Amino acid sequence: MTPQATNIGHPGLSAIGFFLLFLALSLGVTWWAARRTRSTEDFYAAGRRIGAVQNGLALSGDFLSAAGFLGGAGLVAIFGFDGVIYSVGGLVGWPIMTFLLAEPLRNLGRYTVGDVLAYRLGTTSIRIMAAISSLTLVLIYLLLQMVGAGTLVQLLFGLPYETAIVITAAVMLVYVLFGGMIATTWVQVIKCLLMLAIVIVLTMMLLAAYGYDPAAVLRAAATRNGAKVLGPGPLLSSPIETISLGLGFVCGISSLPHVLMRFYTVPDAVTARRSLLYATGFLAIFFLLITYIGFGAMALVGTDAIRAVDRGGNMALPLLAELMGGNSFLGFVSAVAFATILAVVSGLVITGTAALSHDLWVNVLRGGKASGREQLVVARVGAVFLAIIAMLLGIAFRGQNLVYLVALATAVAASANFPVFVLALFWKRLTVAGANWGMLTGLFGSLLILYLSPLVQVDILHHATAVIGLRNPAIISCPLAFAVAILVSLATYRRRDGERYACIQKQMLLGSHQA
Amino acid sequence: MTVETGFAAMARRDDAAVRDVARRRTKVSLILAALLIAIYLGFVFLAAFAKTLLATPLSDGISLALVVAALVIVAAWVLAWVYVSWARRHHDAACDRLS
Repeated sequence: MTPQATNIGHPGLSAIGFFLLFLALSLGVTWWAARRTRSTEDFYAAGRRIGAVQNGLALSGDFLSAAGFLGGAGLVAIFGFDGVIYSVGGLVGWPIMTFLLAEPLRNLGRYTVGDVLAYRLGTTSIRIMAAISSLTLVLIYLLLQMVGAGTLVQLLFGLPYETAIVITAAVMLVYVLFGGMIATTWVQVIKCLLMLAIVIVLTMMLLAAYGYDPAAVLRAAATRNGAKVLGPGPLLSSPIETISLGLGFVCGISSLPHVLMRFYTVPDAVTARRSLLYATGFLAIFFLLITYIGFGAMALVGTDAIRAVDRGGNMALPLLAELMGGNSFLGFVSAVAFATILAVVSGLVITGTAALSHDLWVNVLRGGKASGREQLVVARVGAVFLAIIAMLLGIAFRGQNLVYLVALATAVAASANFPVFVLALFWKRLTVAGANWGMLTGLFGSLLILYLSPLVQVDILHHATAVIGLRNPAIISCPLAFAVAILVSLATYRRRDGERYACIQKQMLLGSHQA
Repeated sequence: MTVETGFAAMARRDDAAVRDVARRRTKVSLILAALLIAIYLGFVFLAAFAKTLLATPLSDGISLALVVAALVIVAAWVLAWVYVSWARRHHDAACDRLS
């Protein structure tokens, strides 16, 4: 089988042209947003003027990083049905977020989950813990995105790794510094629409190529790689590992800080709830179509040809786009992949900035007494600081195997955030000590278990065996964090803790206009 | 039956009404969350332990596994829709009465 002759890595005028077009459009949006960014409310929460549909698109855009866009199709193109399991897992966290967290978090906070916990527990100290947890998650995600940016842009555009990272950090910083959350949101909305357009057009092309018989693509994939690709393969075999993966998905995705922050950009909890239904719908369509496209790439491009360009399968969708739509479609897909990285990184940086500047500087160090002007200056300094860190991380981790970080990201969110969020919103006996110890246990518990797991011990450190056989720590660290938060709360409970909960219960339902 | 009067009594009635609305929302939220988690874990367990069953072809090119995966995705959205429409029809009105 001869690999398909491809222009990936040799961008024609179309790829560069489409990318420059996106750059011009997004910088135009940033210029427009900059004139509307006057207060911290504009900077962190887009003035709370984002509508339900736009926020739905921005939420799904935040979640659909280049890994979801290119990696989602790639996993299916290489592993068949086993890749679908990841897509399903990516979706189920969203309704859980809608049922349990969205409305109360929106009603109790201003910009961050640190606001919610500080208000719920009546103390500033929990902000430090919440900010550390958010920053850890943002840094894990930034590291993944930056290394992905360097590698993917190198593959798609043939740019040197470091150049790709510097461009990403610089453009993202322009969005965040000048346009704040308004620019970040609209860039995310535009990119999400482009991404949805690509998967819809590719699906139509596949259907047309197979005479509008939806099953024909799957038949062709099964003929080429064997019927086994349509059923479950070796991915899931151990029961504990299976539950751990599922738990990490459900609890982790529903408490990612950069997703939760978007609830503060809409006018009220009702809009937050509706925007989540839109987001779930967009993601459902995306995951269904990306699965179909993955099988299409398996059938038409072939697994071997895909792996010849990139071992991880990330080039399955671009290769299929080139085959079906020629060089200009490949150019369009490459430009959107780059745009995705820019949009996701800016969302991450603004979330990290909120934890750093709003939680730690303004509320912990300055006791909430900073002037509006000072808050904006500190926010922008924080963004520059995070952009530099992101750039250095990307360069330092060049060529590293970062698979363990994907497991870590959901496991940390599922262990450090989810238990304490749920208890804070649904259990009146949660105390400050319980919340602090719960988050601490979840955060360091998941880090420690991951360090002892085969992902680090065998794959990275090349030891023969690992202390703990699990590849995903969530099954241990999430229940452990729940247990610690509950036990410490019971031991330190005072009557006024319960009274505090009764006092804010009304606000949790109705929201308030707390300054 | 004596009717309580005064601000303290009003506050107490108000509290009871708030708790009532909160309890109902918690119940709906937890039931829907449990339902979705059960559906999802069911799917993951089938994929782990009923591999041959899921590999059954339903028609040429379409296996049971693919249909089940698509149904889980659709079910997730439908449950989210059930919650949002319940909230719009019942919860929002109850909240309006509280304020």
